[in-house]
Amino acid sequence: MMATDTETGAGVGPLVQSHSTSTPRHHVAIFAGLLVFGLAAPFLLYPIFLMKVLCFVLFACAFNLLLGFGGLLSFGHAAFFGSASYASAHAAKIWGFNPELAILFGTGCAAVLGLLIGSLAIRRQGIYFAMVTLAFAQMVFFFSLQAPFTGGEDGIQSVPRGHLFGLFDMAPDLNLYFFVLAIVFAGLLAIYRIIHSPFGQVLKAIRDNEQRSVSLGYRVNRYKLLVFVLSAMLAGLAGATKAIVFQLASLTDVYWTMSGEVVLMTLLGGMGTVFGPIVGAAIIVTMQNYLATFGAWVTVIQGTIFVISVMLFREGVIGILSKALKKPL
Amino acid sequence: MAQDIILSANGLTKEFKGFLAVNDVDLKVERGSIHALIGPNGAGKTTCFNLLTKFLQPSRGTIVYNDRDITRKQPADIARLGMVRSFQISAVFPHLTAIENVRIALQRNRGDSFDFWRSERVLTEFNGRAAGLLDDVGLSEFAAVRAGELSYGRKRALEIATTLALEPEMLLLDEPMAGMAQEDVERISQLIRRISANRTILMVEHNLSVVAALSDYITVLARGKVLAEGDYASVSKDPRVVEAYIGAEHA
Repeated sequence: MMATDTETGAGVGPLVQSHSTSTPRHHVAIFAGLLVFGLAAPFLLYPIFLMKVLCFVLFACAFNLLLGFGGLLSFGHAAFFGSASYASAHAAKIWGFNPELAILFGTGCAAVLGLLIGSLAIRRQGIYFAMVTLAFAQMVFFFSLQAPFTGGEDGIQSVPRGHLFGLFDMAPDLNLYFFVLAIVFAGLLAIYRIIHSPFGQVLKAIRDNEQRSVSLGYRVNRYKLLVFVLSAMLAGLAGATKAIVFQLASLTDVYWTMSGEVVLMTLLGGMGTVFGPIVGAAIIVTMQNYLATFGAWVTVIQGTIFVISVMLFREGVIGILSKALKKPL
Repeated sequence: MAQDIILSANGLTKEFKGFLAVNDVDLKVERGSIHALIGPNGAGKTTCFNLLTKFLQPSRGTIVYNDRDITRKQPADIARLGMVRSFQISAVFPHLTAIENVRIALQRNRGDSFDFWRSERVLTEFNGRAAGLLDDVGLSEFAAVRAGELSYGRKRALEIATTLALEPEMLLLDEPMAGMAQEDVERISQLIRRISANRTILMVEHNLSVVAALSDYITVLARGKVLAEGDYASVSKDPRVVEAYIGAEHA
């Protein structure tokens, strides 16, 4: 068993080596393909739907940065997505911020919240970590329900899309679409860089074996905190953008089911892969949209898919594909 | 005789809810020596190890390393002071390739790696040194293989290469031969002897022939206490040691 493992390992050796230090060529190709698709898609599909997909793609990838590469399972990521959504909606509607500044403000709020929650949560491990994040997320939910500026059950409605840099009118869906595409694509590239940086290397080492990383002299909590804040910030970027797209920030964005949905997207697509969460988010959002006529049954269908995915293909869609192609995706 | 002591523990005690795992242990490790810590199962060897490397906090006692009291330090700081440990079960990073495993240790030379905005290409400067270390432990041809796919013996060798990458002044090896095939034992023994040239090694080991062949000094633990100390010849003749071993293991 061991021997065969080693042999197959040695067989793919040269291939892996060429990947270990430079960006694999097929990753560049996939990113280019995604960009081309992203540019063409609004002429084929409904832009609002596409923008929803894009926001959740970024949310899932941000979550995967924490889970798949940091090994930290957060059950409270809705807190960052939702609070950024409220912050950006408030900034755009009440303070009259331009959309880019409103989104920036929301993202910043999520980062600060990430620092607060993260610095407490990373002291615990495994299920306790997950529980602590869930508890904080519920507090954020309660705050969003009660705070004077969040609009309680109604949320913040009819948020103006405004003018980008004060110049470009974002009211037409197509204009806004390309702005959102730029944000999300930049976010994905940022995540890609993070996981392929010196920091990313240490992060993967900590995920693989925390004790060993400690014994090599790494102060692991600082690395965990940094990845937590980065993940919270990028989840916030997704939430803040979503508020501008739908002109709405609501309790759904901070509710615990939102935290659950992003876990589902990531696992379905393939946790710890670069492109898995993109696929996972696209599948889930598409289902919610096109199966909306089934009403409450959508949840049942989602649950069934989740069970099947956990039982039959734990590596997720892209995880399986990556194995079949023997290429990291 | 004046001894040059690199690591000493005084009155080291660890209590787990009324159970004394390590009880008032005094230990002195001489600089440049290979010091073995042996004893029957449950003697407290690994607990002792965890205390010395700060993975556990002692209930009582002090630990001095290079004339510095390290009793209250964090485990990551211990590594930064030049004292690096291995683990009983092989400790590699399974999803990283062998060369990346070694590079993680070499990367410590950059200080902290919080630079998430930089490309990992900056790490290629360590590739040459990492390849050299892999060569030292006979793993050159597996450089690009994921550590999780290596055989057990090779994982242990990789672990040693990773540890050596830190150029530690002192190495603590927790059962380096556990679960190894005979030919691997021979290879790793030679490796340990080779790397001990200019450093100090403290190891826990069950394989007594390895202990006899490698160690300059032996401390025998039993029931959390030091039972006997000395070189292999004197320790192996000590009637209390014989009794502890026969009573516990060779029955």
